[in-house]
Amino acid sequence: MKPEEPRKVQPLRRRMVELLLGGGLFASVVSAIYPVLRYLVPPPVADLGGDEIVAAKVGDLKPNGSKIVRFGTRPALLVMTGEGEYRALSAVCTHLSCTVQYRKDLHQVWCACHNGMYDLNGRNTSGPPPRTLEAYQVHVRGNEIVISRKREA
Amino acid sequence: MRLLTRVRDWLDERLHWADLIGPLKKKTVPVHGLSYWYFLGGITLFLFGIQVGTGILLLLYYRPGANEAFESVQYIMTRVQFGWLVRSIHSWAANLMILTAFAHMFSVVFLRAYRKPRELTWLSGMVLLFLVLGFGFSGYLLPWNTLAFFATKVGTEITGQVPFIGHHLTVFLRGGEDVTGATLTRFFGFHVAVLPGLTTLFVLIHLALVQYFGISVPPGVEARWKASPGEARQMKFFPNFFLRELMAWYIALGVLGALAAILPWELGTKADPFAPAPAGIRPEWYFMFMFQTLKKIPAKVWFVDGEVAGILLFGAAGLVWMLLPFFDRAGGGRGRKFIMGAGVFALTYVLAMTCYGYLAK
Amino acid sequence: MDTWQNKGISNARFWLLALLLCGGRACAQAQNTCLDCHGALDPPLQVTEQQFTSDIHAQQGLTCASCHGGDPSKTDMEAMSKAVGFRGKIERKDVPELCGRCHSDAAFMRQYNPSLRTDQLAQYKASVHGKLFARGDSKVAVCIDCHGVHGLRPASDSRSKVHPLNIARTCARCHADSAYMKGYSIPTDQFAKYGASVHHDALAVGGDLSAPTCSTCHGNHGAAPPGVDTVQNVCSKCHVFQDQMFEKSTHKVAFQSAGLPGCVVCHSNHGITHPTDEKLGAGPQAVCMQCHTPGDVCDQQRAAMLNGLKQLDDAVRAADQVLGVAESSGMEVSQARLDQDQARDALTKARVTIHSFRTELVEQDIQEGLKLAAKNWQAGRAALAERDYRRKGLGLALVFIFMTVLGMVLYIRQIERDAPKS
Repeated sequence: MKPEEPRKVQPLRRRMVELLLGGGLFASVVSAIYPVLRYLVPPPVADLGGDEIVAAKVGDLKPNGSKIVRFGTRPALLVMTGEGEYRALSAVCTHLSCTVQYRKDLHQVWCACHNGMYDLNGRNTSGPPPRTLEAYQVHVRGNEIVISRKREA
Repeated sequence: MRLLTRVRDWLDERLHWADLIGPLKKKTVPVHGLSYWYFLGGITLFLFGIQVGTGILLLLYYRPGANEAFESVQYIMTRVQFGWLVRSIHSWAANLMILTAFAHMFSVVFLRAYRKPRELTWLSGMVLLFLVLGFGFSGYLLPWNTLAFFATKVGTEITGQVPFIGHHLTVFLRGGEDVTGATLTRFFGFHVAVLPGLTTLFVLIHLALVQYFGISVPPGVEARWKASPGEARQMKFFPNFFLRELMAWYIALGVLGALAAILPWELGTKADPFAPAPAGIRPEWYFMFMFQTLKKIPAKVWFVDGEVAGILLFGAAGLVWMLLPFFDRAGGGRGRKFIMGAGVFALTYVLAMTCYGYLAK
Repeated sequence: MDTWQNKGISNARFWLLALLLCGGRACAQAQNTCLDCHGALDPPLQVTEQQFTSDIHAQQGLTCASCHGGDPSKTDMEAMSKAVGFRGKIERKDVPELCGRCHSDAAFMRQYNPSLRTDQLAQYKASVHGKLFARGDSKVAVCIDCHGVHGLRPASDSRSKVHPLNIARTCARCHADSAYMKGYSIPTDQFAKYGASVHHDALAVGGDLSAPTCSTCHGNHGAAPPGVDTVQNVCSKCHVFQDQMFEKSTHKVAFQSAGLPGCVVCHSNHGITHPTDEKLGAGPQAVCMQCHTPGDVCDQQRAAMLNGLKQLDDAVRAADQVLGVAESSGMEVSQARLDQDQARDALTKARVTIHSFRTELVEQDIQEGLKLAAKNWQAGRAALAERDYRRKGLGLALVFIFMTVLGMVLYIRQIERDAPKS
């Protein structure tokens, strides 16, 4: 049983406890809310870099010209053929993963590491490479040239 | 302050909420040596709240779909401000929640809180446990990384072993014959709509039942208090127990933050359905004991296929476990002994098989 | 012309005999009673059913009589009489011509495999083996030594003795046997040296079937060493850039006029080990200093190139290390890791450019690589800085949480002092 009159606690101590609790609550709530508020603001770059990129603008490439672009996490090769058609292939050689390049003189894709050759469909035509290069789809949207990968639904 | 009182009175005039919260004000919690176990349910609820909060935040940036899911999680981890924190907290809290849910369940068994009249609370709690495991299984696939892809493949393969409906179950879960982007869409639907809806419903039922029946007292303490009523001690729920619970929740929050900052959750590599399965696929730890059991069952048990036998075994065990409270009164003290034995066996088995699963490689 | 076509066995007799003799046994396309006896004999007369069925010639419908003559339908010793054209064991000196009777006949081979070459015999005659053979040397290789004779498999079959993975071992059966090769003035250490080479590693360990084996550089039927002034052409088939640069370099003229074998001078021919930067050094693996005088202009250039390479190598390693630390602390640095591939490519490029023997070109490639490595290093350090910032933030939040929890404890104590809880 407790005595009838409430025990007197020093007002200062009481104030300190309240301050500690209140201040701690406030500070910890702020330190939780602050990241959430920052999170809600979308970052400047909205592109995920997943399965579609704008590789170039129309006019960037001349016929029989090419460009290496970053597609997702690996390089891709965009070629404009002599007839003005666009082709896009993975630029990772299927032999030992060197980055391939387009040879204007040969109208073929060439790997400088061990002289591997591919045609413009990505098929390995000569040299060490054992497999074809993955082919990507190219669309012209307005004045943008877009490379995309077909993935499952 | 005056303003607050006026608002409160205005609301009370219309909603009569003083009547509503009256019983809550009178709610008490028994105080004894084992009272600390009472915190587990509340911590599980708190972690669920964290999951809902961080889950909603993740929903603002996550994109379901095989071509974008992985990249969107990568985006959250690297580009979104504090995205790493939200995602890691979500992953860690998920695991902690499953741990506390299991601990809460076992504490109810060993403290015998399932006894009459609380059988319904036990049943609703078991449903919640299955829902939480469903959350874990469906959420794990969402980043669409290699480990998750193959773990899901194996997991949904196992459901195919259920007799008669197995294949239909697998096709239902997978959204097709194989694990594909359709599976991801489906799991996403389960994870953010179906399971949260069901869980909210059952949490409300569970809490209402807990409120209605009050907090159970372990039989040993009950007997002691019956003998000498003066020893019985209760603590007011508001504010005393609640403040202590709040403290526990705060500490849990601190632990979560520390885990997220010091041991961030891994992202892994993007799933490639055509690549061969990596060595050492295994499910998350909370399924490990079942997985390890299935691995160890011989290929044929009698005339029954080993995996089917395993599934049936777990089905039967699950059923017995769900109906545990109904064994309590059976045959005098024997029912109780059976339940205690079952509890010890289950706990030991789960712990042992989980460790075994990790150590045996 | 060909014995099996001259059998003169009518179809009816053929099938009747087949039924009588084969019984339940699965019959080959053509009748072959030779195996009935020869399958049970001891070597060297033994040819088993298994060997026969795995043989490509047998699978194409040929029989023992196709090469040995005789009558495969007869079941007694009459099958081996001279009257039916039996030749017995084919002498080594007759083997190339015998094989060539079919394999050099384009019209004939077209019936079986139109894309098979038919110049093997002509090539053989131009090879070292063929030339010595023509002079009566019976120790040199003839067709059956490499291809086998009974149980002969096509080269694309991985069990064939002339499958790319097996060629070196087949050549080594003679060429690594110093007792056998006595009397010929060539070394016998090629197989051992090749076994330690980077090409062997790529082929046997890496499984890259395009990697060179003996026949890639020496030819197979027309086998001969490439020749001191033309070996560079052989290497250039794969190592294009190095060849192009070397052609334009000072060393091309120098080596040619000294009669030195191009690439082989620095890289050796059979024991081509994975080149390290030490080749440019001054130690035991150094190649430059075997000709050049220490202290001369070339020595200085070599040292400059080596220095540059070391610098880039160190920079790439340093970036890797920082990224590794960032990764193990849980930071996401996959982009920088990928960009490191580009930095490593620059290092590879610089090492290729050495073959131009022009320091300024090597320096160009090195500078490019250094830029890339520096960028990745920065990314790693930024990740570590971010990690530290997060930990500081966490520390602060934990302090606030601790304050709050402490406040709660004291508050609870306080209110329970004033108003008891039970």
